[in-house]
Amino acid sequence: MRQASHGKIAVRFESVGLRYGSGPEVLQDISFTLDQGSFHFLTGPSGAGKTSLLSLLYLARRPSRGSIRLFGEEVSSAARAALPPLRRRLGVVFQEFRLLDHLSALDNVALPLRVAGVGEADIHRHVPELLAWVGLGDHMHAKPPTLSGGQKQRVAIARAVINRPELLVADEPTGNVDDRTALRLLHLFSELNKLGTTVVIATHNEGLVRRFQFPRLHLEAGKLDVLPPMSLTGPPTSGGGQS
Amino acid sequence: MIGFLRSDLPVARDASGQFLPWLVAVMVFLACLALSGAMSLDSLLDRWSRDASGTLTVQVPAATGANADTETDARVERAVRLLESDAQVARATAVSRERLAEMLEPWLGSAELMDSLPVPRLIDVAVTPGAMPDLDALVERLRAVAPGAAIDDHRVWLARLIRLAEGLRLLAWAVIGLVALATAAMVVHATRTALAVHRPHIEVLHLIGATDAYIARQFARRAFALALLGGVGGLALSAPVLWGIGGLVQRLEGGLVPEITLGMGQWLVLLLLPPVAGLLSMVTARRTVRRTLTRLL
Repeated sequence: MRQASHGKIAVRFESVGLRYGSGPEVLQDISFTLDQGSFHFLTGPSGAGKTSLLSLLYLARRPSRGSIRLFGEEVSSAARAALPPLRRRLGVVFQEFRLLDHLSALDNVALPLRVAGVGEADIHRHVPELLAWVGLGDHMHAKPPTLSGGQKQRVAIARAVINRPELLVADEPTGNVDDRTALRLLHLFSELNKLGTTVVIATHNEGLVRRFQFPRLHLEAGKLDVLPPMSLTGPPTSGGGQS
Repeated sequence: MIGFLRSDLPVARDASGQFLPWLVAVMVFLACLALSGAMSLDSLLDRWSRDASGTLTVQVPAATGANADTETDARVERAVRLLESDAQVARATAVSRERLAEMLEPWLGSAELMDSLPVPRLIDVAVTPGAMPDLDALVERLRAVAPGAAIDDHRVWLARLIRLAEGLRLLAWAVIGLVALATAAMVVHATRTALAVHRPHIEVLHLIGATDAYIARQFARRAFALALLGGVGGLALSAPVLWGIGGLVQRLEGGLVPEITLGMGQWLVLLLLPPVAGLLSMVTARRTVRRTLTRLL
């Protein structure tokens, strides 16, 4: 079992900028480091660039400038062939879930394992267990179009954590679930974090941010600040976003 | 097979993929006809080449007057004996009247008519391998025992026939090559269409760590299965056509067209066409996917 190993750096951004085409920079001079085994919320108003920042983290795009290092490897200029092994060390919960509609919940969650070459016996042992844990034990063979928004989100989360990622990146993972389920999912992320997974969660849910007391990466107008955990009480701050 | 075809992408439902077996069936059907033509011409050319270098035909004109038949037979017999005494002749065989009647029947009709005509007799001569007989001297000696005898050297017209057959064989191989190219082009088109349709799914697979090879394998396996299915269909369609052509050729009499049959080995080569079409499609799909994916991150 992987243990948290503070001291090593999981992510390092140095003067990273991102622009789409010839448009203005949506991210400007972003610099921060995430220690291995750390937990951060990514907060900020809508349109601040949270999804763009996460897409750089989960290697969906390259920065227009600057340097990004993941697990010590420079990825902003890495060869394409070097990316799949790095991506297998990540778990991603996409904002729109991005489940494959023709596959069952079980097969969707099994994808990262199949891609990594895990045998079918192991897949059929671990995947149903995790689906049951996220409350989808009765929907294992259901296809995403027949699931509710919250159920799809839980499938997406199960897919992101099934291979015990070293870095978990989640974009609004609790946006479509009730408070009780949101809390339960945050506890799952927290448990993974205790096992050594570095976690970055973009969220607008101020209640969760206050409750879990993790530091924040706060984005506003394309610029990033690293902020301490939000106080348990008190009025909403500029760093807290909306609930 | 189900495990082999298990796919994370919904490639099985593609409209482009649904047409592929039908198109490959037509291509394999054409390739099958062209290949059997090429293989038949191969054996025919072998036979003709051997004949061209090793055989002659001596023509002995029919005698006239009383006892013409007896006299003609005597001339043929003298000519055969003379030929057999020649060291450069391996074998000389007179073509019997019955065989001659059979060969001429398509043109002259019944054997009775032939009896009333002064049809020349033929002697089939096999030349000793490697020997180059002096045909002018030989015909002089033959005319001494069989007045008017002539030697029909097959070599000139057979050489022209061989050139024609070689041209046809080349054409058959060109058809096979074009069919292979057309099949590959169809697979490229179907694969590119499928790639465009499934791009969002492919992005997800990439982001969870799938390599290009992993994604390409899914398209390649599907292309193999569809092309194999189509290939078997095309082969099944061509079998009765080949039997039919073989039957029609056999019904031609008089040696106008030499018997064209496929041996067991040649049938086995035809049986290889569907898997070859499958492999061609598989390799083409894999290369197409990998080349296209290099343009993505």
